Amino acid sequence: MTQFPQTTPVSPKLPPRRSWAGRSWFQGIQEVIVPPLIFLCASVTVLTTLGIIAVLGVETVRFFRESGVGVVEFLAGASLNPKADPPRYGILPLFWGTFVIAFGSSLIALPIGLLSAIFLSEYAPRVLRSVLKPTLELLAGIPTIVYGYLALLLVTPVLKAILEPVVRVEFYNALSGCIVVGIMIIPMVSSLSEDVLSAVPRGLREAAYGLGATKFEVATRVVLPAGLSGVIASFILAISRAIGETMAVLLAVGVKPQIVLNPLRSMETMTAYIVNVMKGEAAVGSAEHLSLYAVGMALFAITLLMNIISGIILKHFREEYD
Amino acid sequence: MYRPRRARRRAFGALFAGLCLAATLSGVVVLVVLLGSVLAKALALEPNPPWYAIGDQARELSSFLSRIATSTNSPNPDLAGFRAGIVGSLWLLLLVAMIAIPVGVGAGLYLEEYAPPGRLRRTIQTNIANLAGVPSIVYGILGLVAFSRAFGVEAIALGKMLWAGALTLSLLVLPIVVIATQEALRAVPSSLRQAALALGATRWQVIRDHVLPSALPGILTGTILALSRAIGETAPLLMVGAANSILYPPAGPSDYYTALPVEIYNFATLPREEFRSVAAGGILILLAILMSMNAVAIFLRTPTGRVLAGRGIAQLGRIGWTAGRAIRPSRHRPTPALDPAGADPGPGSPGLESEASPENQRRGAEPR
Repeated sequence: MTQFPQTTPVSPKLPPRRSWAGRSWFQGIQEVIVPPLIFLCASVTVLTTLGIIAVLGVETVRFFRESGVGVVEFLAGASLNPKADPPRYGILPLFWGTFVIAFGSSLIALPIGLLSAIFLSEYAPRVLRSVLKPTLELLAGIPTIVYGYLALLLVTPVLKAILEPVVRVEFYNALSGCIVVGIMIIPMVSSLSEDVLSAVPRGLREAAYGLGATKFEVATRVVLPAGLSGVIASFILAISRAIGETMAVLLAVGVKPQIVLNPLRSMETMTAYIVNVMKGEAAVGSAEHLSLYAVGMALFAITLLMNIISGIILKHFREEYD
Repeated sequence: MYRPRRARRRAFGALFAGLCLAATLSGVVVLVVLLGSVLAKALALEPNPPWYAIGDQARELSSFLSRIATSTNSPNPDLAGFRAGIVGSLWLLLLVAMIAIPVGVGAGLYLEEYAPPGRLRRTIQTNIANLAGVPSIVYGILGLVAFSRAFGVEAIALGKMLWAGALTLSLLVLPIVVIATQEALRAVPSSLRQAALALGATRWQVIRDHVLPSALPGILTGTILALSRAIGETAPLLMVGAANSILYPPAGPSDYYTALPVEIYNFATLPREEFRSVAAGGILILLAILMSMNAVAIFLRTPTGRVLAGRGIAQLGRIGWTAGRAIRPSRHRPTPALDPAGADPGPGSPGLESEASPENQRRGAEPR
């Protein structure tokens, strides 16, 4: 075999394309694989939403077919008793229980949360704020089962001690649920509102001070209106959290679907009904079991609606100062 | 007529400030009362030293907690404990971390770094914000149908396995991880990205070698908070079959399982008063786990924590990088001395000659 002499090229050429853009093949593969991979990750979240809607939708339709209950009867029926003959599936009692909890807990949480937010953003010195804010957030980090336990252990006995001489307090009662859920959602209101209030630009405050306003007037007539959209959004989110709360109300309020005005009686919320059916002996595929999905659908629809409304308020009613 | 009414306004202001302070402190007071009453309940069992004997109380508490942490469920309150639940919760924690962190960080990366701004990105973003507000019980329903029953496909249905609980909780915390990742990525200055890109790094190299490491403390903080949310959840686990009376801790992810909060719930609903104390002990264990996780998260947020976490990650990265070199030595350039700390895997070094070649120069000179 003859050896050809090595020829030097007249003009230096690009090196042969053994690599991807001058990098190793492995790098090239990563470069190609990563975007679709992380797109898949992002689509998991969309799939979750679609999954929830599909599951709840299909099973809800099955419930209506299986039980022969009409949609109007389901939504507006005032009596819920799957074990009766014929079984009754009206979820107004569940709506009522959920409403009582949401309303009562917001009576506690909204004022306290808002005042805390104003204190933290307007009055508190920096050091105090850096201690108080994480402490309040700890309240949000406590699991809901703990709140339920405390409703049984602490709140109901205290209520009994105070009110029992006058009126009867049931062991499971709506008021204790309102109190613990209210405490639970205080940090949601205070933390979100505080973020919004602190974001109000300084110039606005200083202009008001320059016009002779006191600190109270600045806080309530300048800062609060400027951050109002965020504050209202935080209110709605907190209420939606109260509506979706399960373990605390299950332990505190009980599982007795009835429409009564007295908050010292036992009631049942939508979430508690779902868990109660699941824990019960209802056979899979029976109308009683399927009613769980219909109630879940109603719950999902309500909370989703509230979240969307709070998003719209945040987006469209925000006062822009930048 | 101008009437400043200064005294009245000032008095009113002071009153309002006091009210605000009281509202804030009420939250703190409530927290203290809650913890105190749980503690008192846990100590209510015999023997009962007087409340001022702090040493005796501490000894009683530690022996009580170690007893309930090591014994399993029992109908006798003197023997009942949470071992199965603690092990189950730790398994859940591990699996949720393994599932939710990669997926969540990936989704966050896609939305912040890759997704072109437009309709798709807005849709996914809105969707995540809404998912974060869906009640946990709804996730439980989803898990029941999608994982426990696998939409009716018997062969892959997970039933009451630990997997079902782990997958459900992963979906539950996924939005939190995604949002935390996005916030951390947004905090990375864009000059870092631009500098790396200008030096010739590819998109993925920029993210892997520069953006992710500097965002990692933030991501870790958010992730730990998400995991602590997962470990405290009860309602979805009740839906996907965390059972009441598991006597033995699960040995693997396909065993039947229970979790700490589920056991607390069961003990709290039992009629006998002594079980309330056992439940209180379980709550103390749960809160101790959560507080230590929160402490780590808060520490990672401080400057020292950021630096330490960053160093640790850099160390890990170096080990991985060195190992990677050893497995597939570069064909394009001599393997740098095994001191990768100083030697950035400088992109473009093999391309330098070619870029200087006349052909390239001609190419660059061509009008576009």
